[in-house]
Amino acid sequence: MSLRIVVTVKYVPDATGDRHFADDLTVDRDDVDGLLSELDEYAVEQALQISENSGDDVEITVLTVGPEDAKDALRKALSMGADKAIHVEDDDIHGTDAIGTSLVLAKAIEKAGYDLVISGMASTDGTMGVVPALLAERLGVPQVTLLSEVSVEDGTVKGRRDGDAASENLEASLPAVVSVTDQSGEARYPSFKGIMAAKKKPVESWDLSDLDIDAEEVGLEGAWTTVDGAAERPARTAGTIVKDEGEGGKQLAEFLAGQKFI
Amino acid sequence: MAEVLVYVDHVDGAVRKPTLELLTLARRIGEPVAVALGNGAGDTAAALAEHGAVKVLTHEAAEYADYLVVPKVDALQAAVEAVSPAAVLVPSSAEGKEIAARLALRLGSGIITDAVDLEAGDEGPVATQSVFAASFTTKSRVSKGTPVITVKPNSAAVEAAPAAGSVEALDVSFSAQATGTKVTGRTPRESTGRPELTEAAIVVSGGRGVNGAENFAIIEALADSLGAAVGASRAAVDAGWYPHTNQVGQTGKSVSPQLYIANGISGAIQHRAGMQTSKTIVAVNKDAEAPIFDLVDYGVVGDLFDVVPALTEEIKTRKG
Ligand SMILES: Cc1cc2nc3c(=O)[nH]c(=O)nc-3n(C[C@H](O)[C@H](O)[C@H](O)COP(=O)(O)OP(=O)(O)OC[C@H]3O[C@@H](n4cnc5c(N)ncnc54)[C@H](O)[C@@H]3O)c2cc1C
Ligand SMILES: Cc1cc2nc3c(=O)[nH]c(=O)nc-3n(C[C@H](O)[C@H](O)[C@H](O)COP(=O)(O)OP(=O)(O)OC[C@H]3O[C@@H](n4cnc5c(N)ncnc54)[C@H](O)[C@@H]3O)c2cc1C
Repeated sequence: MSLRIVVTVKYVPDATGDRHFADDLTVDRDDVDGLLSELDEYAVEQALQISENSGDDVEITVLTVGPEDAKDALRKALSMGADKAIHVEDDDIHGTDAIGTSLVLAKAIEKAGYDLVISGMASTDGTMGVVPALLAERLGVPQVTLLSEVSVEDGTVKGRRDGDAASENLEASLPAVVSVTDQSGEARYPSFKGIMAAKKKPVESWDLSDLDIDAEEVGLEGAWTTVDGAAERPARTAGTIVKDEGEGGKQLAEFLAGQKFI
Repeated sequence: MAEVLVYVDHVDGAVRKPTLELLTLARRIGEPVAVALGNGAGDTAAALAEHGAVKVLTHEAAEYADYLVVPKVDALQAAVEAVSPAAVLVPSSAEGKEIAARLALRLGSGIITDAVDLEAGDEGPVATQSVFAASFTTKSRVSKGTPVITVKPNSAAVEAAPAAGSVEALDVSFSAQATGTKVTGRTPRESTGRPELTEAAIVVSGGRGVNGAENFAIIEALADSLGAAVGASRAAVDAGWYPHTNQVGQTGKSVSPQLYIANGISGAIQHRAGMQTSKTIVAVNKDAEAPIFDLVDYGVVGDLFDVVPALTEEIKTRKG
């Protein structure tokens, strides 16, 4: 038996850089470096572990929807050990909302063929945490999401979801959509061999017409949400900083009392 | 007046505070109709009525506990079809966002997540979001379909507003997908007796500087002296010193208390993403250059093993 895994990976602006908005109120990608969303590294890692723990023949495809530079995210995932990559790129995709992104991803996943989709828990830019659930709804397969532990055996995916009120054990038959948290296990660094091998791995490029999607269904025009304004949060006014010379605890208590917290 | 559906987050009939906050926001845009599902759904009615729900739609079935997310989506969809609301509001928990997303897709509607404020606008509700680790504030709205909006805890004050709260049974038929993901086991989290992290007015957090699980007792003692919840940085959680459920930050909880006290936490962007909107921020850190000091209203440069116990003692003395 063979298992086809598609891992969705997003190319995002570096969170430690100076992120801001462009004039059309979409994310400005020109002025800040992009990278593979760190939380998607955990998704790639779990795909690799499922492959390593499986006696079956496993093929891992990484999929991104994003601009030209998003190829960098695919290269990183390939150098970690994924087998091949798909890049969906089309100027009309610029400004797509979560619902539209899930449409493009779902069509690409169907075209690629899959038994299991693995996503990150959330992107590090939009941070909505909704795309995996949207993919499950669109594909009509079970969602087994926010897993801190995941395993696949005999056509069944099992995992643990740590929620606020309880930890739950989940189970579903394949095909399914899984998302994993950053508690699922540290992602590996690409080895030099992995980086060299990645250069030879296939990267397919698809556009909207390859996926039978009309331009009106995506992009800023096709978005079902509208951003009317974005403002930088005013910098906090500089606070009082004291050095502890034996009285730091007392001074802090004094401040808290002044603010009526005590 | 237009009706606004509010999804009720409750534990065996006990309504959680973020849902009561949603009722306040819902009243700004219409008449709140609450939807309570699962075990104890009917018991939520009194609390919901007291906070403005004109009607409470309830449905109890084993499916809500035995399968993940989809049964709740089926029920909300049934509620939308029964009521034709002007908007659907859902608390921004991990599960709430997943429910909201699938519902929006089914309704052919746009979705906004993690709103921190909501007001009525000419073209439907306008949501405020706090994005890029709270460095930007955006205003957005849903431009197609019935707006589906998830709202973060502490986004509005809970207000008493007695309303009819008449209970009606909701008619739900589950979809083929409803039983796709089985919940085969559940281990409830033990209560610490401290306030819920996302709902607490004061949060006291510890990071790598706490240097060991046993030392978290110092952080807990300070928290208890203030009636606060305890938070932790990811470094402390990854080291196994404190449970992941207490992690504050991008991949943990986002908190927005009146007072946040960070102890031995450097203030990495991912940590800031979860606490930057706190009203008053205080830090104790032995490194004067730690980025957390850029955020504080009051900071102490010093060893937390000296400062925190002294602070706790002083608070106890003052409180007598
Ligand atoms: C600050 C900000 C706020 C936004 N707010 C909204 C909003 O309220 N409503 C709305 O509809 N849209 C919103 N968007 C747009 C939305 O974030 C993107 O359209 C998006 O691609 C989907 O949401 P997400 O990035 O938050 O993904 P999440 O749902 O957080 O992503 C989860 C996982 O899905 C996969 N994934 C997501 N996007 C891609 C991709 N492009 N390629 C491959 N895999 C992917 C990854 O595995 C990722 O880990 C916002 C964007 C930004 C930057
Ligand atoms: C995708 C992603 C998601 C993440 N999500 C989160 C998240 O949700 N939450 C989160 O917190 N982090 C998150 N992180 C990790 C984050 O980047 C930082 O690594 C983390 O916040 C550091 O924790 P810390 O401040 O406790 O440790 P450090 O950065 O090591 O800081 C420890 C601080 O303690 C001080 N200190 C040491 N000893 C003492 C003492 N005796 N007295 C006083 N001060 C002392 C030091 O001066 C230092 O400033 C995430 C990272 C990534 C990549």
